[in-house]
Amino acid sequence: MRKLLFQSLFRRTFTETAPSSDDAAVTELAAAVGDAARRRLGRSLSIREVDAGSCNGCELEIHALNNAYYDVERFGLRFVASPRHADVLMVTGPVTKNMREALQRTYDATPNPKWVVAIGDCARDGGCFAGSYAVVGGVSEVIPVDLHIPGCPPAPTAMLQGLLALLERVDKDAVAP
Amino acid sequence: MPSLIDLMLEGRKVRHHKPWPRAVVDAAVWEVAASILAQGRWRLLALWGEPSTVHMAIMDGDTAEIAVVSLDCPDRSYPSVGKHHPPAIRLERTIRDLFGLSAEGLPDPRPWLDHDRWGMRAPLGDRIDASSKAAPYRFLPVDGDGLHQIAVGPVHAGIIEPGHFRFTASGETVVRLEQRLGYTHKGVEGLMQGVSLERAVKLAGRVSGDSTVAYAYAFSRAAEAALELAVPDRAIWLRALLAELERLANHLGDIGAICNDASFALMHAHCSVLRESVLRASNAAFGHRLMRDIIVPGGVSHDIDDAGAELIQAALDNIRLRFPALVELYDNTTSLQDRTVDTGVLKPAMARQYNAGGYIGRASGRAFDTRRTLAYPPYDSLRFNVPTMSEGDVNARVWIRVREVEQSLSLIDQILDGLPSGATRTPAENLPEAREGMAITEGFRGDVLVWLRVRDGLVERCHLRDPSWFQWPLLEAVIENNIVADFPLCNKSFNCSYSGHDL
Repeated sequence: MRKLLFQSLFRRTFTETAPSSDDAAVTELAAAVGDAARRRLGRSLSIREVDAGSCNGCELEIHALNNAYYDVERFGLRFVASPRHADVLMVTGPVTKNMREALQRTYDATPNPKWVVAIGDCARDGGCFAGSYAVVGGVSEVIPVDLHIPGCPPAPTAMLQGLLALLERVDKDAVAP
Repeated sequence: MPSLIDLMLEGRKVRHHKPWPRAVVDAAVWEVAASILAQGRWRLLALWGEPSTVHMAIMDGDTAEIAVVSLDCPDRSYPSVGKHHPPAIRLERTIRDLFGLSAEGLPDPRPWLDHDRWGMRAPLGDRIDASSKAAPYRFLPVDGDGLHQIAVGPVHAGIIEPGHFRFTASGETVVRLEQRLGYTHKGVEGLMQGVSLERAVKLAGRVSGDSTVAYAYAFSRAAEAALELAVPDRAIWLRALLAELERLANHLGDIGAICNDASFALMHAHCSVLRESVLRASNAAFGHRLMRDIIVPGGVSHDIDDAGAELIQAALDNIRLRFPALVELYDNTTSLQDRTVDTGVLKPAMARQYNAGGYIGRASGRAFDTRRTLAYPPYDSLRFNVPTMSEGDVNARVWIRVREVEQSLSLIDQILDGLPSGATRTPAENLPEAREGMAITEGFRGDVLVWLRVRDGLVERCHLRDPSWFQWPLLEAVIENNIVADFPLCNKSFNCSYSGHDL
């Protein structure tokens, strides 16, 4: 272990520079974030991930956000274990009928102010599962969605772009009178 | 004792079922098959329904022969297999939920995937209207002094899929774990009915995100078997390349994540970097990090060029350089070993009974790996070992993954060296009569089985069986007498699929 730790002192870091935030995503957020947010949150967001019925593909890429290449915590973005600690719910999957109530209750358990980020094509409108007897549809059928990041699954960079846009928005709104 | 061939002779053989035979049998023969499964000479591969038929795929444990037996159920019931052979119980509960066919004598009559939320019963059968008011689920009763229950889920604390775990504990020690699954049921088999192969393979690739290659692979091979479609050599080899890259990425991720659940974050950090390197190479070579939608009936949709092959080779070289130090770290960290050794022990007899595949079976003494047992091409011409251990603890499941990482590295080398040139896809023909096919491929988690019937280019019925069906129940067994705090460790070492199971 000592050798491994020692090596990391000299090796170049894996962490890459952040992507510029996506304009479309910023526009989508325009209405979402109030200036109260900045005062309350500072430049950091706690994220609670909720799988509302996904195939697990999106979860794999959300996990990747935490690896050394993307290192999402350097931006003040942190995944937390409880909706009670969260500012943002990151929801994946077509919402299945069997998960509808659990999603609603998780949303209700999240304190205000809160934002919902829907991740992946299924989370928009049910994706390729739309129309099934077992599927409600997109996340917005159940709870209000502030930002949607498309992809099947979205690459970590795309998610990072969207989340940074969310932070910038919080920042800008805070400066405005 | 009859052989599987004898069993086939007892029934009416179905034409156009490839590559293994299928016969329609009567209830008596069905029960004989169930009792031989219970004796352990045959293994249950799958058990699934149609609106008025049940099917069972069986493998002979000694000869690896495979056959499918079918039973018509005009009275909407059939003799329970689960009564004799417990691994069938959840499958029979599912058949009742989806098709409304009941298993006579089924020891556990509670619903499984149906949570009273669909607004109907038997969505793939008679579609009977039902109120969507959820009745409380009856968990198994537990009696004893000082027992308490811990309810976890469906929304878990980590970034994982939803499911419910009900622990009954005596102090720190788990007395019983009961799972309740079905939260991610999306009705995939219903969505597949009447759609083109093109749409169906996309759905198959979205059954379980971490096994998208394995599912598209199994689906495509089943479709090709049904249509007797010859796949070009280059595509056959590229598919194995995709499958091994998927295995490599998942195993690297798992090894780190298991250690992370023992609070050893250093391993996790390093393994995540290696996993990312595989995903990036896959993205560069095939245009998608998880290699989704690449395998299609008839071949592959994306060929690789020399640059792609070089990037994969570079990722492999890097893993070869870095991975051994991590393995050494795992092996030499006593605090970590203290958590993984002797934790969550799965007895070989139980692994055999449930026909557990993947690292779970192989860590408990089973040499069952369909790449070897069924030797589908190109694995029949590649050199690899199937590592096995008999300890059956978390540690053994880590070591099987470590050894399989090494095997996958070697397999990818061989594939890149021997990759034939030529076409990568054969167009599928539409045949007017019904054709049936079945295929089993080895995903990182174990054997993925797909059975389907196509007619006129459309899927009439398709069943997809995740290896987790026979692994989830074993997790309930192994956690007994372990402490609650070791559950995440045991769970991660199993890493069963929720979505693949819930379908």
